[in-house]
Amino acid sequence: MPPLNYSQVDKDILRAMQAPGWRYYAILSADLVVLAWGIYAWRYTVQRGLGVWGITHPVMWAMDITNFVFWVGIAHSGTLISAILYLFRVRWRAGIYRTAEAVTVFALFTAALFPVIHLGRPWFFYWLFPYPQVGGLWINFRSPLVWDVFAVSTYMIISVLFFFTGLVPDMAVVRNQTSGWRHKVYAFMAQGWQGTDRQWRHYKAAYLFLAALATPLVISVHSVVSWDFAQTIVPGWHSTIFAPYFVAGAIHSGLAMVIMLLIPVRRVFRLDAYLTQEHLENLAKLIILTGLIVGYAYVVETYIAWYSNNIPEWQHFTFQITGEYAIPFWIMILFNSLVPLLFFLKPIRTSTPWLFGIAVLINIGMWMERFVIIVTSLAHEYDPYSWGLFIPTWVDISITVGSFAWFFLWFLLFAKLLPVVSIVEVKEELPPPMMGQKVER
Amino acid sequence: MAAPNSGVVGSFRHLDSLILAIEQLKKAGYRELQALSPVPHHAIDEALEKPPSPVRVFTLIGCLLGAIAGFTLTIGASLHYPLIVGGKPIVSIPPFLVIVFELTILFGGLLTLGGMLLNARLPRVHVGPAYNPRFSEDRFGLWIGCEEKQYDEVERLLENAGAEDIVRDVS
Repeated sequence: MPPLNYSQVDKDILRAMQAPGWRYYAILSADLVVLAWGIYAWRYTVQRGLGVWGITHPVMWAMDITNFVFWVGIAHSGTLISAILYLFRVRWRAGIYRTAEAVTVFALFTAALFPVIHLGRPWFFYWLFPYPQVGGLWINFRSPLVWDVFAVSTYMIISVLFFFTGLVPDMAVVRNQTSGWRHKVYAFMAQGWQGTDRQWRHYKAAYLFLAALATPLVISVHSVVSWDFAQTIVPGWHSTIFAPYFVAGAIHSGLAMVIMLLIPVRRVFRLDAYLTQEHLENLAKLIILTGLIVGYAYVVETYIAWYSNNIPEWQHFTFQITGEYAIPFWIMILFNSLVPLLFFLKPIRTSTPWLFGIAVLINIGMWMERFVIIVTSLAHEYDPYSWGLFIPTWVDISITVGSFAWFFLWFLLFAKLLPVVSIVEVKEELPPPMMGQKVER
Repeated sequence: MAAPNSGVVGSFRHLDSLILAIEQLKKAGYRELQALSPVPHHAIDEALEKPPSPVRVFTLIGCLLGAIAGFTLTIGASLHYPLIVGGKPIVSIPPFLVIVFELTILFGGLLTLGGMLLNARLPRVHVGPAYNPRFSEDRFGLWIGCEEKQYDEVERLLENAGAEDIVRDVS
C-alpha cells in the first residue's frame, strides 16, 4: 500500500459517506422496528403505570436503573480515548477517537432516557432541575440523585460540545466536496471554517482545555452514579470501593463497545489503513487492565464483606453467589474478569473474530454486573421478612432491547452522515509535505 | 485590523515553502500575513510569531463563575426554603461540593467554546476571499495584505519561495 497523503485521506474517509446500499437500509429498517417496539412498551408503561414492570417491594429499582448505569458506563471509554489519551499525546488515538466519541454522545442520549422512563409521571421530568416555583421548594442538593442530574447533564453537554468542536475542521472538508442540501448542512456545521492560522491557534487551545475539563468530569460522573448506591445503607451497596469500582467497570464496558463497533466500521468502509490491527490490539490491552481492576474489585468487595463479620453484609454475598441470581453473578465473574485475560495471548488479541466475540461477552457481563449490584442488594436487605425477588416482564425486556435499538439508530446515522475517522487528526499524524528547503530561523 | 484590505494569496504544495515565504516576506517588512492550512502546525505559529491564545483566560473565568454559581445555587436555595433533611445542617458543604464541581466544569467548558468562537471570529456566514477549498485539502495558503504597488514585489517573493499559484488583488 502506498504511503498516505493528504488528499488520499480526504478521498478515503469521504468515500465512507457516499450514498448507502440496500444493506444499510435493511439494517436501519430492522433497527427502527425494534425501536418502535421499545417505544410501544414505554407507551404501555405510561398508560398503565410502573406496575407493568417486574418491580415490586422490596426491589423497586431494577432493569431501568441497570440500563441507566450500563449506558452511562458505555459513554466513559469514549471520553477516555478522546480526552485522556489526547492529554497524554497518545498518537494512535487519532484514527479511532471520532467513533469512540460518537459512542459517548449516543450512549448518553440513551442513558438520559432511563431516569425519565423510570419516573411514574415522566411529563414532570423538569422537577429534577432547580427552578423557582410558586411553593418556593427547591430540590434537595444533599441527595445523590440530584448530584446525578447535574453530573449526567454536564457530561452530556460537554461531550456534545467536544464532539462538535472536533468536527468543525472536518466539516469544512466535507462542505467543500458536497453540493445541494448536504452542502448547506455541512456548511452550517463548519461555521465558516477556513483553517487560518488564527482559527487554528484558538481552536487548538480550546480543544486542549475542553479535553482537560472532560478528564476530571468523566471520573466524577460514574463516581456520582456509584454514590446513588453507596450513600445508602443497603448491604452490598454501602461501600467506599464503589466509585473506583464503577469507573473501572464503565471504561471496561465502553472499550468493549468501541471494539464491537470499530470492527464492522473498519470492514464495511474498508478503512484498514486508518483503523489498523494495532488500534484494536491497543484497545484489547487496555481491556486487560480494566478487566484486572474489575476482577480485583470483585475479590476485595467479597473479602471485605467476609472480614467485616457483618451478618447482613455477608448473607448478601452468599445470596449473590449461591442464590436465585447466581447465574448472572457467575456470568459477570466469568465474562468481565476471566474471559478478558485471554487477551494476554497475542494470537487472540490480533484475531478479529476473537476480539469481536470477547467484546460482546464483556458487554453482556457488564450489563449483568449492573443488574447483580442493583437487584440482589435490594432483594436481600436486613430483615428476612421483607426479602423478595425481581422477575422481569416483557415490558422490562422490550424497553431494554429498545434502548439498544435507539443507540444503534444514532450510530447508524452517524456512520453515514459524518466522517467516522477524524480527517484533520489523521492528517496531523502524517508527516507534512516537505520540499526539503532550509528555513532560516 | 486597520490595514490594507486587499492583497495577494499564494498557494503552496509544501509546508517548508510556506515557512520560507513567511520568513522572506517578514524580512521584506510585510506584517499583514495570514496562513491557511489543512492542519495546524507549530512551525506556522512560530514563523508568524503569534502570542499564545487568550482562550485559557476564558476557561479560567468560566470555571470560577461556575464554582460561584454552584455555591450560590446550593446555599441560596437551601436558605431560601430551610428544610432539614436527614438531620443534616441546612448549609451542608460536602454534598454541595459535588454540584459546585459539576458547574465548574460546565461553565468552564461553555466559556472555553465561547472564547474560541469570539477569538477565531466564528461562526461566519461566508468564508473569506482568500480561502480556496484546497486549503482544507492538501495545499497551504498565504495571504499578504498590501498596497497595489507592492503586488509585484510580493509576487516575486512568493515565487522565489516556491508558490505554485498566485492570485492578485484579493479583497
